[in-house]
Amino acid sequence: MAAPAIELIGISKSFGPVQANRDINLTVEAGTIHGIVGENGAGKSTLMSIIYGFYQADAGEIRVKGEPVSIPDSNAAIAHGIGMVHQHFMLVENFTVTENVMLGAEQSGLLNAGIRRVRAELMRLEREHGLEIDPDAVIEDLPVGLQQRVEILKALYRGAEILILDEPTGVLTPAEADQLFGVLRQLKAEGKTIVLITHKLREILAVTDAVSVMRRGEIVATRRTAETNAGELAELMVGRRVLLRVDKAEARPAAPALKVSNLTVHDSRGVPMVKDVSFEVRAGEIVGIAGVAGNGQSELLEALAGIRPAKSGMVELLGKSLDPCGGIDPAMMRAAGLAHVPEDRHGMGLVLPFREAENAILGYHRDPAYAKGPFLDLSAMRRDAEAKIAAYDIRPPNSELRTANFSGGNQQKIVLAREMERGPKVLLIGQPTRGVDVGAIEFIHRRIVAMRDEGRAILLVSVELDEIRGLADRILVMFDGRIVGERSPDASEGEIGLLMAGVESRDAAE
Amino acid sequence: MSRPYAKLPGWIDYGLIPLVNVVVAFLVAGLVVLAVGESPIEAARLMLRGAFGYGEGFGFTLYYATNFIFTGLAVAVAFHGGLFNIGGEGQAYVGGLGVALVALNLDGTFPWWVNLPLAVIASAAFGAAWALIPAVLQAKRGSHVVITTIMFNFIAAALMVYLIVEQFRPVGSMAPETRVFGEGGQLPKLEGFFALLGLDLGGAPLNVSFFVALAAAFAVWVLIWRTRLGYEIRTLGFSPKAALYAGMSQTRLVVVTMLISGGLAGMMALNPVMGDQYRLQIEFPAGAGFVGIAVALMGRGHPAGILPAALLFGVLYQGGAELAFDMPAISRDMIVIIQGLVILFAGALENMIRPGVGAAFQFVRFRPSAKIVQGELGR
Repeated sequence: MAAPAIELIGISKSFGPVQANRDINLTVEAGTIHGIVGENGAGKSTLMSIIYGFYQADAGEIRVKGEPVSIPDSNAAIAHGIGMVHQHFMLVENFTVTENVMLGAEQSGLLNAGIRRVRAELMRLEREHGLEIDPDAVIEDLPVGLQQRVEILKALYRGAEILILDEPTGVLTPAEADQLFGVLRQLKAEGKTIVLITHKLREILAVTDAVSVMRRGEIVATRRTAETNAGELAELMVGRRVLLRVDKAEARPAAPALKVSNLTVHDSRGVPMVKDVSFEVRAGEIVGIAGVAGNGQSELLEALAGIRPAKSGMVELLGKSLDPCGGIDPAMMRAAGLAHVPEDRHGMGLVLPFREAENAILGYHRDPAYAKGPFLDLSAMRRDAEAKIAAYDIRPPNSELRTANFSGGNQQKIVLAREMERGPKVLLIGQPTRGVDVGAIEFIHRRIVAMRDEGRAILLVSVELDEIRGLADRILVMFDGRIVGERSPDASEGEIGLLMAGVESRDAAE
Repeated sequence: MSRPYAKLPGWIDYGLIPLVNVVVAFLVAGLVVLAVGESPIEAARLMLRGAFGYGEGFGFTLYYATNFIFTGLAVAVAFHGGLFNIGGEGQAYVGGLGVALVALNLDGTFPWWVNLPLAVIASAAFGAAWALIPAVLQAKRGSHVVITTIMFNFIAAALMVYLIVEQFRPVGSMAPETRVFGEGGQLPKLEGFFALLGLDLGGAPLNVSFFVALAAAFAVWVLIWRTRLGYEIRTLGFSPKAALYAGMSQTRLVVVTMLISGGLAGMMALNPVMGDQYRLQIEFPAGAGFVGIAVALMGRGHPAGILPAALLFGVLYQGGAELAFDMPAISRDMIVIIQGLVILFAGALENMIRPGVGAAFQFVRFRPSAKIVQGELGR
């Protein structure tokens, strides 16, 4: 048998008091797809950064194809045949595919020779690996899935034999993710070695040959994928048993709390994103909106929250008619009993440089409970924040800490605690568990169901179809700004997936 | 995922790094002094002696610092709201009109301690009014305040020359200035106060507006960190999207923030107009509005940082003047170079030395704990 593609022996790395990687031993066999799973902050990215030369290990040895190597920087990694596809693409948006692939490998001051060489090489890579792409397309015009393909081509162009992908599917639609997996299998068949970092267990099970689980900087287990299952991996990741399915009783929907009629919303460029949408959400039920990102869900939520004026339509909240075309604003909607957990947690739901206690009142800061005249009542704010921290198990339990220093899951809990603890009659939730680790997902899902059982009306938007199917009592599928169908959560994934892809519906409607 | 990021403790962030920046600026300035054939050490000695060495010098230092506190606070307040108010110079200039109107009309009617609060209100109102149009243009039309406030500086300069020369200049006078205010329009000097502390200020123009500046610094701290309005301003400054989500009116916040900023800049006029010259002269702000930008940057937008930063620039102004006087090879322009270097290192290149200081701190701080970690590994 050939020497392993990568062997890590006793790798340790600490940042100050934080031990990011502790005595890591890992063997990645050549010609396999090896998954690495772990919660946010488990040390996956640090480990890969060590292999790729961004960080130096404090101790330990790296062997590539059996040879001990030192990797002081990414050039050395590339020289050893290691390529990396980052979670956030490192592409120049207004360059063409060819120019991006050439970047850093121009070889001379004049570009013509380089462009010709890159183009020829791209053609060859396309032929050999089936990675079709227009070499003259400008990056910003390409869909995300193809942008990622450019990243892969960049690595292959530089002669990568070992490809590391960091959370590659975070930005992809299910269909694009499947295409990516096809590409990865193809590359494997050609003898490349692939390391796949993710926190999505489904992907690991779908595509890898072996999987290593990281927890708190250590590798706690390595399994052959065929011999494990999602439950075991989740338990290994979190360190305790995790409920992957949401446990909930039958919904008991009451009167409609939110009624939307013929709502049309344009985005900031004037392009219609929500087209003539009508639906209602009853008290005591969760209505899930499924759909591939960018099909109008974001604009719908923003219009209902009063953030984005609609173009036409009516909204009825708790029996009161409202004009969503400029007649409402977020403060007014909050006062009327509607809370909103925004999709964009970092940009919208939180002010990251603020202290936790300051974020705990964002949007409710005009409430007299937090004020003494024009002044903020800091001690009331602290009491309030500490109560929420306790109720939602936010860690670290420190209301004075900058919000940026909390993990993604705890940041989301800060937003949820703020919006849920007020007992809103209607709750809009966008992407409740995006970038949130497994342990926190379970907690968040239970809170959402508990809200429903208290008789709140909940409108849930998520691009994770599993999440929608697990939580929602009714599923509306959005495609190209329209609601193209309603399904029960028992409908098959394939059926909903087809609706999401716009493969309507004529037969479904019959 | 989360890239390990150790936040530096406050005393490094707000104390050590600005200090190192200033030291580096002075080292580079020292090279310049060396290049013109003078001793940098002697130059530094002369400068410090000029700024601190005797009562009158110190009085001048604090007098200049008073100007910079006002304009520094003005820039800082706008900065918290994500607005870059470059118009402090023009707002201060127009603020002088407010001061002069109070002093010219009431100097014979009321004593100074009645006129002072009136002048504070008038200067703030005129400074704020001068910031209003750029603020509304930004809030309603999206015209960038950096551009509009700069342009308003020029308009202010032209307007004030017209008003002073054509409207306020006493008949028969050749100087472009108003008449001298009567006693009710003259703020008392602080000679007496400092004499109690055993310091002889001589003829230094330091006056009670120094205390107004300190009060303004405290008020700004309360505003930004202790009021609902400050909370909204900071939210807008960090994330306009979050402000929108939270139901804050961006239009209102931009206008209010700029009005407060312009008002603070306008109050700067108290110090030279009512506290020193007792008349409104053309170009009395003399660049203080621009120095305020550097002061605010160096002070990290916090009053506790702005006060020492304003003092530093007071030292540069006063000590620099003495240095230019005592060392013939060093001209006024050399002093401007030194001031420019401080602005460059303390303001613009603020992040240059930060990674190095951070790494050094991590090394010193965490070296002993390495053993513990290894011990844990051994288990």
